Amino acid sequence: MLVGEIKTIKELYGLDLIAPGHRACAGCGALIAVRQILMASKRPLIVVSATSCLEVTSTPYPQTMWKTPWVHLLFENAATAASGIEAALKVLSRKYNRQEHYIIAFGGDGGTFDIGIQALSGALERGHRFIYVCYDNEAYMNTGIQRSGATPLGAATTTSPVGTKIVGKTQQKKDLMEIVVAHRIPYAATASPSHWKDLVNKVRKAQSYDGPSFIHVIAPCTRGWYFDTSETIKVARLAVETRYWPLYEVENGRYRITHPVPNPKPLEEFLKVQRRLSHLLLPENAEILESLKAYVNERWERLQKLSACFA
Amino acid sequence: MSTSEAIAYAVKQANVDVIAAYPITPQTIIVERLSEYVHNGELDAEYIAVESEHSAMSACVAASLTGARVFTSTASQGLALMHEVLYLASSLRCPIVMAIANRALSAPINIHCDHSDMMGSRDAGWVQIFAENGQQAYDRIFQAFKLAEDEDILLPVGVNIDGFFLSHAVEGIATISDSEAATFLPPRKAKYYLDYSMPMTFGAFALPDWYFEIKHQVVEAMDRVPKKLAEIEETYYKMTGRKYDHVGVYKTEDAEVCLVCAGSSAATAKFAITRLREKGIKAGLLSIRLFRPFPVESILLHVKDVKALIVMDRAMSPGAPSAPIAQDIKATLYDAGLNIPVANFVYGLGGRDISAAEFESIIMKIVESLKAGRPIEKGVMYWGLRA
Amino acid sequence: MASVKTTTLPGGIINRPGSTIDYKTGTWRVKRPVVNLDKCIGCLICWIYCPEPAIIKRDDGKIDFDYDYCKGCGICSLECPTKAIRIVEE
Repeated sequence: MLVGEIKTIKELYGLDLIAPGHRACAGCGALIAVRQILMASKRPLIVVSATSCLEVTSTPYPQTMWKTPWVHLLFENAATAASGIEAALKVLSRKYNRQEHYIIAFGGDGGTFDIGIQALSGALERGHRFIYVCYDNEAYMNTGIQRSGATPLGAATTTSPVGTKIVGKTQQKKDLMEIVVAHRIPYAATASPSHWKDLVNKVRKAQSYDGPSFIHVIAPCTRGWYFDTSETIKVARLAVETRYWPLYEVENGRYRITHPVPNPKPLEEFLKVQRRLSHLLLPENAEILESLKAYVNERWERLQKLSACFA
Repeated sequence: MSTSEAIAYAVKQANVDVIAAYPITPQTIIVERLSEYVHNGELDAEYIAVESEHSAMSACVAASLTGARVFTSTASQGLALMHEVLYLASSLRCPIVMAIANRALSAPINIHCDHSDMMGSRDAGWVQIFAENGQQAYDRIFQAFKLAEDEDILLPVGVNIDGFFLSHAVEGIATISDSEAATFLPPRKAKYYLDYSMPMTFGAFALPDWYFEIKHQVVEAMDRVPKKLAEIEETYYKMTGRKYDHVGVYKTEDAEVCLVCAGSSAATAKFAITRLREKGIKAGLLSIRLFRPFPVESILLHVKDVKALIVMDRAMSPGAPSAPIAQDIKATLYDAGLNIPVANFVYGLGGRDISAAEFESIIMKIVESLKAGRPIEKGVMYWGLRA
Repeated sequence: MASVKTTTLPGGIINRPGSTIDYKTGTWRVKRPVVNLDKCIGCLICWIYCPEPAIIKRDDGKIDFDYDYCKGCGICSLECPTKAIRIVEE
């Protein structure tokens, strides 16, 4: 069992809580993130999943990839399921000496940003002790790449195609972290599997709090973002290095950028490696590109200011 | 006390572990009382004040999978919002008990009684019990937990009380003592539950090769309910002297016309039948107390010799040849080879009251048809609807 | 109708943790990673980024592949800091 900060990969070796043989696509970003999170997690642990690629690919009956107790109910209620388990184990430990567990709930961006946001808000407000992890592949991948509230501006999905009149998604990505932070929970953070050390230690920090915590992790999708299966981590890293995916945490209301990017790569570097976004580099889409850049820059500047407030 | 208060008191005595609920008229009093019990330390339970009924049932299912004893209560739109989660409760074999204060469904919005809410979820794999009065509701709560948590059953149970007519009706309730409750209903002992010491997967993804078998478990468990409930009732009867069976029966032995209904209307219908009997009309009453599974055998015991059945439904099934209870009654008769005419009335939607005099008129209408040799009207008749 | 006996646990519970190992996803692979042990420094960076996991640490600290499960995505090859892993056709 790990204690304190995780500094080397070797400390995590042997702590896997998932088995191979799952049916996720080759190079699945979500599975990498989930693997890293679970290795870092304290035990005993119960895992909850929303309906998602993760749920479908991990439990093809009568097989399961999970080595933890695991439960899936529906698409929109992973946070509520976690609430029910947490409350039940609390009272059962009080009345019948049952062991309390750490609880991690996983939802995709569809299950979190959109259909599950009410359940998430309720669970955060009630203060149950659990981590909610949104693994964000920025579209409904399980049903075949439809746009979600997490899809970035201009991105091509099967319900926001690049048409002759309308180019990709016409709205900016919803700022889920800010919605979560508004609940004034003890801990919320963004993360990327490319920056594994940052991610695993955020899991440990989240579990040190007696209350709800939230981790928003980027999960590049080779099928939906259209990049080679070998490039999942490369794409995730580019998201961080272009400031598209800022790595930061909000601990008891205090903002901190956990991975400063003093010399960001141009956003184009991130866009050009994915066919869902590379059309934004065409001259006729310059306006959309500018809008997306403005969104990324404004968010980064805001985060910097907020971090400076609490420095 | 009111039926709602009686239910809350029974739930407290059942020593539940988790209550997850959302307020909705007319069930709110139940969860208000339970909140008071928890906040005053009279009941050691976690009350999860969820943000919707969808979450109420979701939290109940998850809590139940940890091995906890779980209760919730809802009505109308709340039950409708729970709809997709109801199927998980049964298919994941969660012995949740839920009180349903039956109320009409929007639109138009209406807070009063009918059975549309429960009828809309009748195929969700829940055992459904109708109470006719507060005493039955109180007693059924204990029986419901005992039945639900039995390893041979493991199904969720709904205890239905007519909104307002029962939920807010005050009557004297004979209670059992806390020690009697504890003996009848010891803490739940789940065989499979979420725990790191035995990491199991609940709610997996099943394809056509396994889905059917897993789903069919609910049917197999349902089949075992009538016998199991009878055994549980026998134990409860020995303790309390009270027993309700799967159907309520009144003067059916020599009845020529038998009226079938569910819920609080049974008492009104009984009063009407008593008056008709005084006039020499051979009418009887069958009250559906166990609705799912449908008590086919118990019903057949009492209807073989009647000349006509009158089925009173407090819910519509638009476009269907019969309203819900009549559909089941007709299937029951057909399978038994009985060609008994069934007059089907839909009545009392949105809380519209029905009087004993109206029940008398309904029965007399059928009695006169029989006497005159006129055929019983087929299809659904809507009683009390403005012309 | 008589009830059919089924062999499933209540509610379709799976009580064999990690049982996806029954299914060899290695059959999906069209390209395979091959490690040059002379170059491998045992940093386990490939392992931390493997989605399966299908990389094992050998007794000498260097890595090996579990070809029963490796889907051949190639992340390990791209991320290896010493370029010790190359991808070859199956």
